[in-house]
Amino acid sequence: MNLLALVDCDNFYASCERVFRPDLKKIPIVVLSNNDGCVIARSKEAKSMGIGMGVPWFKIKRAYLAQGGRVFSSNFALYGDLSNRVMHVLSGMSQSMEIYSIDEAFLGLHHLQDPRDAYAFGIHCRSTVHQWVGVPVRIGIAPTKTLAKVASHIAKKRNGGTGVACLHTAGQIKRALRDIPAHEVWGVGRQLSSQLNELGVISAFDLSEVDISLIRKKFSVVLERTVRELRGEPCLEIQEKNAPKKQIIVSRSFKTRINNQEELKPLISNFAARAAEKLRNEKQKCSKVSVLIATSPFEKTSQYRGFASFQFSTPTNDTRSILLGATKALNDSFKGNYIYAKAGVLLSSFSCQEVEQQSLFQDMRDGLLLQPSAELMQCIDLLNQEQQQIYFASQHPESFARVQTKMMSPRYTTNWHELPTAS
Amino acid sequence: MIIHYLGTISADDLPAAFIRFFADSVSVGFPSPAGDYLDSPIDLNKYLIKNNVATFLVRVSGQSMIDANIADQAILIVDRSLKPKHGSIVVASLDGDFVCKRLQLKPRLCLLPENPAYEPIYIQHGQELDIMGTVTAAINQFK
Repeated sequence: MNLLALVDCDNFYASCERVFRPDLKKIPIVVLSNNDGCVIARSKEAKSMGIGMGVPWFKIKRAYLAQGGRVFSSNFALYGDLSNRVMHVLSGMSQSMEIYSIDEAFLGLHHLQDPRDAYAFGIHCRSTVHQWVGVPVRIGIAPTKTLAKVASHIAKKRNGGTGVACLHTAGQIKRALRDIPAHEVWGVGRQLSSQLNELGVISAFDLSEVDISLIRKKFSVVLERTVRELRGEPCLEIQEKNAPKKQIIVSRSFKTRINNQEELKPLISNFAARAAEKLRNEKQKCSKVSVLIATSPFEKTSQYRGFASFQFSTPTNDTRSILLGATKALNDSFKGNYIYAKAGVLLSSFSCQEVEQQSLFQDMRDGLLLQPSAELMQCIDLLNQEQQQIYFASQHPESFARVQTKMMSPRYTTNWHELPTAS
Repeated sequence: MIIHYLGTISADDLPAAFIRFFADSVSVGFPSPAGDYLDSPIDLNKYLIKNNVATFLVRVSGQSMIDANIADQAILIVDRSLKPKHGSIVVASLDGDFVCKRLQLKPRLCLLPENPAYEPIYIQHGQELDIMGTVTAAINQFK
């Protein structure tokens, strides 16, 4: 039997904040989204204080701090670097690996001769990651990805245990599935679960017992795969090559509210320029730029979400074209008399940089006559990498200064001026 | 002369290295006599860092390790994957702060400074000592 392991970092962002802060070992930690809007990660201690995922920071701030909790603005330079390190350690432990997200990876365990060695592998893997990088992980091992998710769930629940759970015998799998509600199975969710309840499916075990043809008829091939995977039939393989991104989003909630287009425009330009930079980093071009603007759902003012897109006739990754497109999309999505709290720019309809599809009309309409310049963009990207901030006239230069809020931890591993110190 | 037909060969069949051979001899003029000695330049990262995913940099503050040639503001190269031994220089966390000291395991667990002006730190019963990693090198900059 071929087994695979799901390695999942425990409360990743909160754990990263502890690597260079041994004084915060047992202290509750929450990490906030960009601009400190809401809680995006919680340490175990913060969870047991009842802090929910995604709650707006202003709602819990006072009570949380009064109880001695600590808070951090998100520090993606640190999380990204530690994530890379974790993934590198893991890649040395298996011949096949799929990086599933910033804090999760699947490992193929074909190299294990005997499934009974899997548990020991898990223990070794976990202690190596912890020793080398300093973040705790939990490991679920099973014959399929969906069951590995279940195993990882068990590894998490067994509090104070080894952080490793292995499901390889039929008996182990059956017992595990009985304890888990169907909606907690990977890819099921609450929406499907009410329909499943009508069929008498309550636990994950019930789901695994449903007749396949019924599932296919009443639901979808996707759920059929889930059921097969619960039965131990692998349907989802480890995907080693990262599929190229399909879209790029740059969005923020604002520190102060904005109600006019003049103030919104430079911020949209910032998002567009950043998105264009990411696009070039991915070696892609896009045919569509969209702008999203929204009021705050937490305020009692009138609500509006605006969304508009601009289509290029030739795929582009030139910041200047993307800025023009974003400005037009902002024009189309903006409505006066609303108080905006959030905005974003989305790039989509990608094609590879090498594939040049020349359009007969070269975006001549709407004054978008522009000779794209790969050299210029490369030059700008290089300068910006060296922290020489080059920006376009429509952007908002003040917002470039890295907002080193009091709540952001140092970039311990990526910046010479912010290294940890020892006396 | 008799010519035997052996088969066809296309550029795709050639190993990548084969191409470079041609690329060298196309240029007009005397080929570089160094061309056969393709060494890569000296890489300090490789020299100083054996296991880069487990290696972190830490800045020293203070003179407590001066006799081990670790000056104030030196950059320490700390490898978390090496098991600290008796006599290793380590970065450890002690009551929530990082310290750089020489680890003494026997006769008694202790962190030794390398400066007579500083006192050894004996680990008291119940006190928590976490070793972050072993210091493999220190970079003192003079300019």
